[in-house]
Amino acid sequence: MEKYLYIALFAPIVSSLFAGLFATSPKKQFVGVITSGLLALSWFSSIRLLFGLHEKVLHVKLFEWISAGNFHLDFGFVADQTSIIMMVTVTTVSTLVHVYSNYYMEHDKSFNRFFSYLSAFVFSMMILIMSDNFLGLFIGWEGVGVCSWLLIGFWYHKADQPREVYPSISPSWAANEAFIMNRIADLGMLIGIFLIYWNLGSLEYDKVFANVDKLSHGTLVLIGIFLFIGAMGKSAQFPLHTWLADAMEGPTPVSALIHAATMVTAGVYLVIRAFPIYESIPEIGYLIASVGAFVAVFAASMALVNNDLKKIIAYSTLSQLGYMFVAGGLGAYWIALFHLMTHAFFKSVLFLGAGNVMHAMHDELNIKKMGALEHKMKWTMIIMTVASLALAGIWPFAGFFSKDKILETAFSSHHYFLWFLLWLGAGMTAFYSFRLVMLVFKGEPRYKKLGVHPHEAKNYAIYAMAPLALLALVSGFFEHGFVHYVTKMLPELEADIGSGTFIFLLVVTLGIALSGIVFAVKKYSNNNLKDLFEGTFIHKLLINQYYIPVLYEKYITDPYAKLSNFAWEKVDMKIVDATVDLIATIIYGAGDKSKVIQSGNLSKNLKLMVFGLVVLLVAVVISQLG
Amino acid sequence: MTIGLTHYLVLATILFVIGLMGVIRRTNLLLLFFSTEILLNAVNIAFAAISKYYADMTGQMFSFFIIAVAASEVAVGLGLLVLWYKRNGTIDLNSLQEMKG
Amino acid sequence: MEAIAFYLFSILTIVMFSIVVFSKNALYSMSALAAGMILISGFFFLLDADFLGVVQIIVYTGAVMALYAFGMMFFDTTKDVKEKFQSETITKVLWISAGVLLLCIITAPFVGGHLALDTPLSSEILDGANNPQAVGVVLFTKYLAQFELAAVMLLVAMVSGIILVGKKMDKSITLDEQLERKVETEEFDVKDNR
Repeated sequence: MEKYLYIALFAPIVSSLFAGLFATSPKKQFVGVITSGLLALSWFSSIRLLFGLHEKVLHVKLFEWISAGNFHLDFGFVADQTSIIMMVTVTTVSTLVHVYSNYYMEHDKSFNRFFSYLSAFVFSMMILIMSDNFLGLFIGWEGVGVCSWLLIGFWYHKADQPREVYPSISPSWAANEAFIMNRIADLGMLIGIFLIYWNLGSLEYDKVFANVDKLSHGTLVLIGIFLFIGAMGKSAQFPLHTWLADAMEGPTPVSALIHAATMVTAGVYLVIRAFPIYESIPEIGYLIASVGAFVAVFAASMALVNNDLKKIIAYSTLSQLGYMFVAGGLGAYWIALFHLMTHAFFKSVLFLGAGNVMHAMHDELNIKKMGALEHKMKWTMIIMTVASLALAGIWPFAGFFSKDKILETAFSSHHYFLWFLLWLGAGMTAFYSFRLVMLVFKGEPRYKKLGVHPHEAKNYAIYAMAPLALLALVSGFFEHGFVHYVTKMLPELEADIGSGTFIFLLVVTLGIALSGIVFAVKKYSNNNLKDLFEGTFIHKLLINQYYIPVLYEKYITDPYAKLSNFAWEKVDMKIVDATVDLIATIIYGAGDKSKVIQSGNLSKNLKLMVFGLVVLLVAVVISQLG
Repeated sequence: MTIGLTHYLVLATILFVIGLMGVIRRTNLLLLFFSTEILLNAVNIAFAAISKYYADMTGQMFSFFIIAVAASEVAVGLGLLVLWYKRNGTIDLNSLQEMKG
Repeated sequence: MEAIAFYLFSILTIVMFSIVVFSKNALYSMSALAAGMILISGFFFLLDADFLGVVQIIVYTGAVMALYAFGMMFFDTTKDVKEKFQSETITKVLWISAGVLLLCIITAPFVGGHLALDTPLSSEILDGANNPQAVGVVLFTKYLAQFELAAVMLLVAMVSGIILVGKKMDKSITLDEQLERKVETEEFDVKDNR
């Protein structure tokens, strides 16, 4: 069985290195084929592990990594229920995205480099989820950060544009923003890891979680907070959320893989993995849930009026991450994992469909300029509608089951305000998803003004998207099997509500979702392009992302840039450089003056001899005096 | 008062210092050699004095050999000096300098 | 008696040597040097080093000063020696400091009184012998190796002196008749560039 673990782990890096060999060559089709094949191998191994390990947990230790004083750490991997679920999700989405990318990037001249980066990303993610200690997790954490930077800034040659014209400024700027924000959060995570080591002396999950009850409550609170700060950066919770919308600068498969299914879920994975810590500190769990609920509504509000195709989907990801954190915070870890899995499927296929639309519209992203694409792109429309229904949480699609469970949890643990926020968010989600579908696929063909001739994506791209759409449809029905499998490791949360309340909640949730859909369909059906709140102050606030990026730039980025400039010009150049130059000048000057020794002038040499004699005599006198 | 070792040594030191002064100051090669002779003679006096006051013959032997060495040094040195004069026409110390410094 | 001699000699020696060092006329310097050498041999006699004193007169005053005198004939010494003295202050500083330090070092043991006299090395042979006998005994027994080496050194110096100023050393004058005639007719020119 171990060999499947190794194959699943190392196939992506082999694929990445293989593609990297051709990174500077022009496009070679076999690179895309072989990388997709290797990823499929990884997927197969994960599935094999899922069905082959009956009740057992697989631990492997590759080699002894750190052995310094009292600190020992092995480079080990674990395949337990949580990590296997994550592995299956990640490899499924990655393989299909790799196949899709063969279509999406077929005219891009950096075709090979793209696959190298993409596979490297998958490898880092695998390390993150399969590692059996916090330090390996951190390595994977940083690895996905780096690969995300590489991939967002894939088209690095695009120049910067001013914020009013183009809110994301440029791909390289967006990549830097993503990486730097992640780094800021990583500081919190490192402090959390340090605290764990300092108090428990080990970083392996087994040892840490077995000894959690030995720590004081205050320490656990601190650890929980700091680890959550790290999760906030990766999963783009407020206030470190601005990078996710700008990350849409990268190619669409990148958005599908990284910013829907894998990297942004790393924060949720951390909370789930560290559940023994969070179980002991329910007040921090409540804090996490509050942040999650706030983000859920906050992001959904910004998606209501946005006109950029990918940014709407990005805000919806942000919103759904908030849902996952609510579940994790309230102790329903398996529900968070379940929602993570279903969300990965329908969100990634939503992004891939958006990719089809973008290609058809020659990279035009404004949905107000599209319309009536259903006639040209039938399959894409079907798939995106299915995904949007799943996102909105309509039975029998997957989102219904997972989202409903979260709302149940909130209600039954008597956090009614959280429930209310989430319920509102469900309505908003349904609204903006179908606003997108209506404006893109229905109505009149506004794209004709642009002179674009859209056509459907290639067949194999649709075939790549189909399994994800299917999973978005049916994965909800795996709930029982899922619970049975996962609760061998995660705690089972008993939602003790009567069947009456249960039916009531179901009806209310379904109700608001359906009403959101109906409202959107009605509003935009007659070629009506007016947004919600159009013309009012609220609209301006929402469409400028509450002016948060502008505030960050004015109060954080600019002063910091000024400080850096000051440090460079006044401190580094005038003080440090000057000191080093002074040392050099002194030495050089001394050498210059000492040239007289070698002047060849005998008179001078004789004088120097006598001088040396005097020095020796002084030395003798001094040594004798002492 | 009786002349002790101290007197001789002080005298030798003074003569040595005078010779040192000459070595530093003189730029005429020949006169430089004279100053070197003074140095050697001063040291001879010191050795002889110590030899007497310690009743040891070693000091005088040392003086012997110093005289022998000085004589041969003068011979070779003057030979070189003559050659240099024939080539350059001057025996100024500064003319020896061929390096640019 | 001894004191008077000592002080007289010492003052004269110091004066003579000062003339050597400070005079502008090369001839004066040389003469003063010769006088100084004689006075130094006087010191040796004062110190019961008879043999050494005589050797000093013969070798130093006789041979070395004669060599210097012959050397002076080569150079134009009627004029005053024009010397450029550079940086007089440094010279004075060096000189005075060296002198003071040396004096201190030399006299410190006597002033402090921490003088440990080692036992002298005297043997029966040297008892009752006068100075030349003592010199002979020690020179040919204890310092024999140095004596031989000194002899070799003198030989080397002599050979080098000849080579340095000899002309046409690779040809033999007595065996080569042509060369013999050429040598007779040649004029000795001081300034020939060879």
